[in-house]
Formats: sequence, C-alpha cells, structure tokens
Amino acid sequence: MMKERDLIIVGGGPAGMAAALSAYEHGVQDILLLERDQFLGGILNQCVHTGFGLNYFKEVLAGPEYADRFMKRVIAIKEIEVSLKSFVIKLSQKKEITFLKPGKISEVKAKAVILATGCRERTREMAHIAGTRPAGIFPAGLAQKLINIEGLIPGNEAVIVGSGDIGLIMARRLTLEGSKVKAVIEIQKKSKGLQRNIVQCLEDFGIPLYLSHKIARIHGADRVSKVDVVQVDDNFKEVPNTSFSIGCDTVLISAGLIPENELAEMAGVDMDRKTNTPLSKEQNKTSVDGIFVCGNACQIYDLVDWVTKDSLLAGKQAAEYIKRIK
Amino acid sequence: MHDIIIIGGGVVGTAIARELSKYRLKIAILEKEVEIAFGVSKSNSGIIHPGTQNKSNSLKGKLCVEGNKLVRKLAKKLGIDFKEVGQLIVAFNQEEIERLKEIKKEGELLGIKKMKIVFRPWLAVNEPNLNPEIIAALLVPSAGIISPYRMAYDLSENAAKNGVEIYTDCEVTNIKKDKYFEIESKLGVFSSRYIINAAGLFADDIARMAGIKDIKIKPRKGQEFLLDKKKENITNHLIFPLPSQTSKGTLVIKTSDGNPMIGPTAEEVEDKYDLSTDESGLAQVISSVKRLVPSINPKDIIAYFAGLRPVSGEDFIIREEKSVKRFINVAGIQSPGLTAAPAIALYVSKLLKTSGLKFKRKLNFKPFRRKTIHLFQSDKKLMKKIISKNKAFGDIVCRCELVSRAEIEAAIERGAKTMDGIKFRTRAQSGRCHGGFCTTRIMRILSEKLNIPLNEISKRGGKSGIVVKERG
Ligand SMILES: Cc1cc2nc3c(=O)[nH]c(=O)nc-3n(C[C@H](O)[C@H](O)[C@H](O)COP(=O)(O)OP(=O)(O)OC[C@H]3O[C@@H](n4cnc5c(N)ncnc54)[C@H](O)[C@@H]3O)c2cc1C
Repeated sequence: MMKERDLIIVGGGPAGMAAALSAYEHGVQDILLLERDQFLGGILNQCVHTGFGLNYFKEVLAGPEYADRFMKRVIAIKEIEVSLKSFVIKLSQKKEITFLKPGKISEVKAKAVILATGCRERTREMAHIAGTRPAGIFPAGLAQKLINIEGLIPGNEAVIVGSGDIGLIMARRLTLEGSKVKAVIEIQKKSKGLQRNIVQCLEDFGIPLYLSHKIARIHGADRVSKVDVVQVDDNFKEVPNTSFSIGCDTVLISAGLIPENELAEMAGVDMDRKTNTPLSKEQNKTSVDGIFVCGNACQIYDLVDWVTKDSLLAGKQAAEYIKRIK
Repeated sequence: MHDIIIIGGGVVGTAIARELSKYRLKIAILEKEVEIAFGVSKSNSGIIHPGTQNKSNSLKGKLCVEGNKLVRKLAKKLGIDFKEVGQLIVAFNQEEIERLKEIKKEGELLGIKKMKIVFRPWLAVNEPNLNPEIIAALLVPSAGIISPYRMAYDLSENAAKNGVEIYTDCEVTNIKKDKYFEIESKLGVFSSRYIINAAGLFADDIARMAGIKDIKIKPRKGQEFLLDKKKENITNHLIFPLPSQTSKGTLVIKTSDGNPMIGPTAEEVEDKYDLSTDESGLAQVISSVKRLVPSINPKDIIAYFAGLRPVSGEDFIIREEKSVKRFINVAGIQSPGLTAAPAIALYVSKLLKTSGLKFKRKLNFKPFRRKTIHLFQSDKKLMKKIISKNKAFGDIVCRCELVSRAEIEAAIERGAKTMDGIKFRTRAQSGRCHGGFCTTRIMRILSEKLNIPLNEISKRGGKSGIVVKERG
C-alpha cells in the first residue's frame, strides 16, 4: 500500500512555506513539504538586495531575511515534515506523488496537494534573438545566483535585455561589483519594472535605458563580442537605419517569467497555454479537485508579499478541502 | 612512432579509429577542440539516411547504404540508441509522383530495400498531421535516427578502450614528410607512418600542410530549430520534400531524445566559424515545413543552432594521395557523413591494406561497450534499481530533463570537460530553462571532479569561460 498523507506541498520557497503554515493553522495535522534544493527559501536565497516585506511585515528586509522568518516557523512545527533534496518526478490525477531523493525513490498519496513550484525565466531561445551561441549569455536570475551565491563575476561589460525588475536589479548588482553595464534594452515603450528600481538601479548609476529597442543580433565565437541594437516601431518591426552596435562580453536576458506547472499538467489540470497557469474560476484552485496552485506558479507577482498572501489563502483552501472529504 | 595518426575527432575520425582498433596498430586521434565531436558532428540532423536522394554511381550513395546497415550493428554493440522510424518523401501532384518513382528506381540500384509509394488513405492513417494536399509519398522504412554526438563519444570511448590514444586540445599546425610524417601540434610533434585526414571543415587546410592543393572545402550552412518535447508525436516518420540540387530539402525530423526538429537550411557561406542563426533562416524553415505539416507552430521552438556541411564538390573525397604516399584524405564529408561514417571506416581500412599496411587482428579486441544509463529513459523499476546501487542517481541536477548527479559525474569520467560536453552527453541544460537552474551546480561538479577553479569552467574550451573572475 502506498503511504497516505493529508497534505503534500511541492516547493519550499516563500509560497510553499506560507501555504504549509496556513494549512497547519487551519487544522491540517499531517503535512509533507517537498523541496528539491538543499535549503528552504527558494529564489529568495539569492535575492540579497532589500525591498522585501514592506507590505506583509511592514519592514524592509533582504530576501534571505524574509525567507528566514518563515523557515524558523516551519521548522518549529513538528506536524510539518520538511523533506529536502526531494525532486518530484510524477503527480497523478489521483494525487499520487513519486519523488526522488539521493539514494531513494518514494511514492505517496495525498488527500490534497498544493503546487508551489515557482517560475522560471524566459530564455534567449524563446525571445528568438538571432546570431551566434557563445558563452556569456545568461538568464538574469542565473547571473544573480552566480554573483550572490557562488561569488563569481559573470562578465566585464554587459548589456541587459529587458527592463523587468530582475534586469534592473542586476544592472545595479553588476555595477556595484565593478562590471560596466552599457545599456538596458527594452522592446516595449515602457518598462515593466517598478519605478523605484528604475531610479535606484539605472538612473542613479547613469545606465542608459533604450525603450522601443531590441537586440537584433548577438556576435562572438567563444564569448560574446558585441550586440546589434535596433529601434522598433509600435508593431515591433525594425525601424530602418537605426541600428547600432555595443561592444560587450555579456548579455543578460530578463524577458519575463513563466510559471512552472509541468506537474499540474502531468496531473491533467486544464491549462492556459498562453500564461502556462492552470485555468480556474477561483483563485488557487484547478480543474482537479484537491490540487491547488499558489505563488508564482499560480500567477507572476512582482512582490513576495503578494506571494505570501496568495499562498496563505491556498493553505486555508486545502485545509477546508481536507476537512470536507474526511 | 605511430602507425596511424587520425587528424580530427568527429564522427568520421572516431569511426575510423574504432574500426582500426581491431588490429595491432599504434593509433592516435589528434583533435583541435577540447573535446571530441565539437565540430560538424555536434550540429546536424541525426538522421541515419537510407541512401535515397543520392546518385546510384556516387561514392556517398554507396557508403550511405552500407553505413545504414552498419550503424545498427554498431549501435547494438556500443549501446547507442538507434531507432528505425522510416522516412516519407512527399508529392503534391502527379508530376511529383513521377519524381518519386525516379528516386525509388535510383534507390533500388543502390540496393535500398522495401521502398514503396503510399497514397492519401495510407497517409491519413499513418501520418495524420501531414498536409492533406499531399497525395502520395515514397516510404523508405530503413531510415532511422541517432544521437550524433553520442555516437561519436561512444565510438571514441570504445576505440580508447582498445588502445587508441586520444589527444584533445591538440591542433595540428604543420606536417613534414621525410621517411615518415612529422606532425606538429599544440601538444608537440608526433611522428607517424600514415596520416588520415578527417578534419571536417578544415580538411583542406590539413591537406595543404601535406602539399595537396586541389581540395577546397566550402561550408554550406544548415540552420535547425528544435521543438518542445510535448510535440514528440507531431509526426511518426521523418518527412522530406522532394530534394533540390544542393540538399535534401527542409525536413520535419524526429530526434533520438524526443524533440522534433525542423530544418536545415542550405546556405553557401564563406566563414568556417559562422554558426549564427537568423530570422530569414527561421522564416524560410517555417514556411517550408508548414507546407509539410501545417500545424507546426513557431511558438513551440525551444532551441536552435546552425551547422556547416564540409562540402567539396558533389561527392566524398576518400583516397590515398598519389603525390604524398601514405596520406589518406577523408574530405568533403557532407551529408550523409554521419550515416556513412562506419562504411567510410571500412573503406579507409581497405585503402590502408592496398597501400601496403600490414594488418594483424588483436586477440583481445573488446567490441562491446556498456550502455550509458539515462534516468529520463528509465522506468520506475529501473530507477529503483540504479538509485539503490548509486545514491547519486536520486540527486537531481537538471530539473527540466531529469538528469542526476550520477550521470553528470559519469559524463566527466568519460571525458566531458566543459558545459557543452556535459550537455551533449547528458542533456542537462538543454531543456526549457536552458541551464537557468542547473548551470551553477554543474560548474561545481566539474570543478570538484576535474580539480579546477570555478572561474576556469568554460562552455566549450578556448576563450569560452562561463564567468570572468571570482568576486574581489
Ligand atoms: C545541418 C547539417 C545536417 C546534417 N544532417 C545529417 C544527417 O541527418 N545525417 C547524416 O548522415 N549526415 C548529416 N550531416 C552531415 C554530417 O554531420 C557530417 O558529414 C559529419 O558530421 C562529418 O563528420 P566529420 O568527422 O568528418 O567532421 P567533424 O565532426 O567536423 O570532425 C572533424 C574534426 O576535425 C577537427 N580538426 C579540424 N582541424 C584540425 C586540426 N588542424 N588539428 C586537429 N583537429 C582538427 C575538428 O575540430 C573536428 O572535430 C549534416 C550536416 C549538417 C551541417
């Protein structure tokens, strides 16, 4: 017989932790929290800059501090079993989960499942940028991880594609580390980033932001050598005779985030193909009863505070669901 | 002193090395890149062609048909995944059906078996996503698919096991001939009785070093675009249009890892390093393949690359040079070079024999290689078994393609030194996030296993470092 648990939460970032706490507070006594990394905290661990928690804690915290507050509470509750280095390879419609750990493959069945699997970055491949494929092209989040977690400098001279918040924050981060950020290129007429980030991350350092521009081509054999930039019109078509080149050894791609919902899809949850999120009439619920989705997997939020709020609700919903079917 | 030096560690060089490793000869491969198969052999369509679309009197046609037969045996012995999926060359009208008949006839002359022309009702059942305007197709069942770089890796590994020395990061820069050949390289001077030039795009440069001036390699670029694995079953066969003068056309390809692929283009270029893709290439590929399978959507593209076919005239050039005895050129190995590689190896072995090289079989030749384990190909039972044997199989590094630490470590033990080497061997970094999540973890494993600092890890050797320095 497969072992049965009341609630299994996949993902130990801010969303999964908040969902676990909330489910516990609403009466769930048996929770298994699966996290593939060796720590809880998810992407917050690499977000060493401040600006987290203004809303939820009414304080300004760095990413790891925000995560730490939840971690301490999660670990203190014995009804929440945390399993690290645990990678879920399968979720069925019947809520059976298969996961791998070093040395072990396990199968468990849950009354309810919350997917708090976060998101991934759009890649250069998805943005269809022409040119060569040398070293030196990074998703912005990877560059952030290289600097903040591994202590490595990704490049000397960078151009950033996309002015979302991660791109802006990385412009500042690289500059503070002594690299030269030559430009931020944004295809839209307006930046999607927070105004405070445009001021604090670009303007304060004199980094030019090219709106309605795109990278037409990446050059370089072994490592990036330069990029061609061109202006685009309202239909994103290239404007003739506006092309210019910027020499650089690094290109960061910050072209948006995509919810990670491969497990939901595997379980037969109806999906919105465009946004890669579950189709549902109600926040956090899916077309499969008892499978919930929260945090950035449910919808891309610009602040972790909203992720927390959303995930607290998902924890409550799962608790109610478990009570109902008992 | 070596008996034979093979210049170039692509699929052709490694196939030759593996074939010759059956004999008591002292053989070395000299490869300029930091790893095997970083040349043409890493970026192609991975099709084991049946031999159609070649002239019946061409060398490449003959070697392709023979190679198609040899590859399957080799794949079994060396644990390489090979799948016979079959190909369809399609026709839109009666006139085109006539051309199919010609291709069939030409193929039969080459000895290709079991070809038949199939019509709309057959297509509707067996290839439902095909354009309904396609009225018939030539079905060639013996077409198959393979992972081109894994074929080269496994060949080189087996060759090495049988005594072949493999030197990477060893560019050949000059050749002198006295009684023997003196081959100057980045790693010093090698002397050898024979040279086999299997240098792909650079075979003309190597030939020139030996004084042979009549070979000129002209690169012909092919841009290819990979689709999401979710579309694995968009076709059941390899789908071909009617061939043109210069290429077999733009295809809908099945690949051995599941992702469908569309391409390649055929563009004459000057630069042997021009591996760029562009919008016009994409546009051309999309419009061509939509004619074959209308539901193909550019939104499903998850990766792209370009490869350069080393073209020198119409056919392969495989010969011992009259003016430079014991120098064997294996040049102009354009498509279907991957398919033909094992047949080319046999052909070269015969050339060596005629040229007077004494052959003696090794008694302890080891023809087999244990199949590499990939978690993504394993069912639950197998997973349980391998994880219980080696814990690291349960330690997932690449989440998109399900690659474990055990596989990464095995790849390094088998010769991977770079991020691309890991990618080609294991698939790690080749999925949806393109290494966004696993790059740092793989760098750490490489750094630990190879005992080099993190800031020296490169994408593919040379100046392709991933990072520039450590934080001050
Ligand atoms: C887009 C495309 C699609 C294709 N599709 C198919 C297909 O579906 N089926 C098929 O059968 N064939 C296909 N081909 C053809 C096939 O890829 C080639 O024929 C084959 O890979 C050639 O192998 P090779 O070993 O000769 O060349 P390479 O793999 O290029 O090997 C030559 C090696 O020599 C090394 N070298 C060069 N100069 C020196 C030097 N001075 N010193 C030391 N080493 C040196 C290079 O670094 C390289 O590794 C395709 C080709 C392209 C470009």
